[in-house]
Amino acid sequence: MVKLLKRCYAALIYLFLYAPILILIIFSFNASKSRANWSGFTLNWYLELFKDRQIMKALYNTVVIALLSSVMATIIGTAAAIGIHNMKKLKKKLVMNLTYIPVVNPDIVTGLSLMLLFVFTKFPLGLFSLLLAHITFNLPYVILSVLPKLKQLDKNLYEAALDLGASPLHAYHKVILPEIMPGIITGMLLAFTLSVDDFVISFFTTGSGVSTLSIIIYSMARRGINPKINALSTLLFLTVLLLLIIVNLRTSGNGANKKRSDLKW
Amino acid sequence: MVKKWPILLLITLVLTTVLTLSSCGQDNRVVLNVYNWGDYIDESVIKEFEKKYNIRVNYDTFSTNEDMYVKVKSGGSNYDVLFPSDYTIERMVKEDMLLKLDYNNIPNAQYIEERFKHLDYDPQNEYSVPYMWGTVGIIYNKTMVHEPVTSWRILWDEKYSKQILMLDSQRDSIGVALKMLGYSMNTLNLEELEAAKQALIKQKPLVLAYVGDDVKDKMIAGEAALAVVWSGDAVYMKWENPDLEFALPEEASNLWFDAMVIPKSSKHQTEAETFINFMCDPEIAFKNADYIGYSSPHREVQKMIDPELLADPTAYPADAMLESYDIFHDLGEYLKVYDRIWTEIKAH
Amino acid sequence: MKKNWLSYPYLLWMVLFVFFPLLLVFFYSITDRTGEGLRFTLAHFRRFMEPIYLKVLTRSVKLALISTVLCLMLGYPMAMILAGNHFKRKNIMIFLFVVPMWMNFLLRTYAWMTLLERKGLINTFLSWLGLNPLNLLYTEEAVVLGMVYNFLPFMVLPIYSVLSKIDKNLIEAAGDLGANQFTVFLKVIFPLSLPGVVSGITMVFMPAVTTFVISRLLGGGQFTLIGNLIEQQFLYAGDWSFGSAISMVMMIVILLSTSVITKYEKENEGGGLW
Repeated sequence: MVKLLKRCYAALIYLFLYAPILILIIFSFNASKSRANWSGFTLNWYLELFKDRQIMKALYNTVVIALLSSVMATIIGTAAAIGIHNMKKLKKKLVMNLTYIPVVNPDIVTGLSLMLLFVFTKFPLGLFSLLLAHITFNLPYVILSVLPKLKQLDKNLYEAALDLGASPLHAYHKVILPEIMPGIITGMLLAFTLSVDDFVISFFTTGSGVSTLSIIIYSMARRGINPKINALSTLLFLTVLLLLIIVNLRTSGNGANKKRSDLKW
Repeated sequence: MVKKWPILLLITLVLTTVLTLSSCGQDNRVVLNVYNWGDYIDESVIKEFEKKYNIRVNYDTFSTNEDMYVKVKSGGSNYDVLFPSDYTIERMVKEDMLLKLDYNNIPNAQYIEERFKHLDYDPQNEYSVPYMWGTVGIIYNKTMVHEPVTSWRILWDEKYSKQILMLDSQRDSIGVALKMLGYSMNTLNLEELEAAKQALIKQKPLVLAYVGDDVKDKMIAGEAALAVVWSGDAVYMKWENPDLEFALPEEASNLWFDAMVIPKSSKHQTEAETFINFMCDPEIAFKNADYIGYSSPHREVQKMIDPELLADPTAYPADAMLESYDIFHDLGEYLKVYDRIWTEIKAH
Repeated sequence: MKKNWLSYPYLLWMVLFVFFPLLLVFFYSITDRTGEGLRFTLAHFRRFMEPIYLKVLTRSVKLALISTVLCLMLGYPMAMILAGNHFKRKNIMIFLFVVPMWMNFLLRTYAWMTLLERKGLINTFLSWLGLNPLNLLYTEEAVVLGMVYNFLPFMVLPIYSVLSKIDKNLIEAAGDLGANQFTVFLKVIFPLSLPGVVSGITMVFMPAVTTFVISRLLGGGQFTLIGNLIEQQFLYAGDWSFGSAISMVMMIVILLSTSVITKYEKENEGGGLW
């Protein structure tokens, strides 16, 4: 009974998350540009999408920036979290407050201040400045994801590994990293998500010829979003689902021995 | 979980390699950076331009004049052609941000209607060539509004409580209130502005929402009875929902223009002028006007479009009507005053 | 553990890309561009103390708080379900949680409008059942819904990642010592999950206060929040000084209020807040 309740609750939450996505997908097949009128089924928007060079370029930029910035933020951020975790209280407070700044600041402030920084230092605006900006606002989220895992860590495990003859690097790799891995994965996922969806910061820190999907979509604000974008989102969504299914099929064998770490309640 | 890394890396590598290769082949062509509103051009036009003149075009988009202005003003970017609106052009001229056009390179500018030359924001046409234009008016649902719509005052009628949509734009909404009271949309008179503010505060309980582009879908769906919209959007809305009708109030309204300019940061003025000239080519201008659906200032285009559209006063209102219309001016320091008023209305 | 050097790349990064821009913002907030040049002043901060701006601030904080609490109440059980052994493919379920967020936010918000409108899908469904249509859109509730929708994964994921590695022996021990399920949760599971909860609250509350797209679209532009106000200053009013001053105030207010939350953390494991 309780199990059923839990499954129902989870199903409701997922429905909540996916309901708008379903609508989005449905309207990618709407012949009319308006989401108020259903005037027939069409694949027209999908065809238009592939003819649109700007959107394809922006897609490329978005994916590249999101992947690179989340991976780099994860590497720097995880290292930072470990370092911060071992800091003395006062220094830790200072660093953490500085970490919160990009999270607290509205996007426009972060975006404009970064733009001014680049302009002031004569750093050319372009793909690279965009990447730097994305890493900057991704870092705090990685740190905030990894830090609780470090706090959860039993300090003795690391020392026990050293006592048993492991080198610090080996102890890290085999003891600490696996324990904080959920936090690292979470951090990377959140960073990727933020990067894909960012508009304001991207708008102000990118250069001519480098647009992201978000910029293109938000720029349609005055005219109304062209259903080509719905078509693109649908395709992206299906691609990601497909990837997940493929990955899932490959790792299904390892499901058995992971059960020990499940939380029983 | 660790097994995912090889797969993730593989995907990343493949992606990066494939896509890097596709963007390879850096050519020695001149690169023109064009900055326009989103979804405001017929895409095929860009490809045609590139083929014809062997110039590569980087086409970027912005969502508001203000965003674009900050981007260009800050100096970090090097755009060659911009498509600002009237008041922004005025501001950019004042701040010496634009290059004077060499009309020897833009012979097609002759096709612009006489009445659209010598506009307030660029009296000598030294800096800009008009691209699209329109008005602001009231669109209403005939099944919900059973009286003639002739005045802005209908938007203050309690009969339509929560059936009214206003624009979430400072200048447009304050402008509507000013016009209703009989003042100019560019007034700097604090008393007139105060009156407009009070009117808008009084109106707020009747307003369903202050919307942006979703006003179109809302009216098409019949969610509200009246809305303030741009004329170009009204044409589209009427087509999607025949119950809708557009009216220009007797108190006059706003006349707006989007035009092509060249910022001082441009390094390719000649090529930029070639682009502007290309956009004024009758065939090209028609393609754009047809795709966008807004009113074109181009004489030849008006001969090519659907005569029904040309006859529709929504898209092409009579000349006489437009005499008393206000084009937005740059407010300079008074922007802060308008902003303060808008904050007070919204935060009420 | 001599691992402080690990944080040096990050520290350098922060100084370059966070600290210097912060100084810039601070500089704007305390200066005034007059005819003669720059002038130091606190006028911008004083201006923010006017009732109308404080009203905007209170409303923003209120909505953000409600959204954060809702996220916590909805998200915590979800995190527990994910951490439990109810799904064979846990990692996929986590991924599926985040994937909707990869679809552009504007698109998803417009989709919400299609659902919540007067003639939208939800009301159509209700009237099909014979019930009265509800006024769902352009209310404060709609804004909260939008915020919860947008920020839920940021609450669920950190809590999940902490819950997933709680030593289950502790739970069994508590059970053996006679505690019922509720007490086990209250005295063992929840306290141990606090680091994740604090992270979640941080990642939701802070951006929720300064968001402006949600209130603009789902609130029908009727509720000016602090995010809208700041954007207006920078883009429409051209008053970068005032905008910067508001941002500085926001930073201080939020950082202070977050310190209140983290006071509940154990002393020696402080997350670095006051």
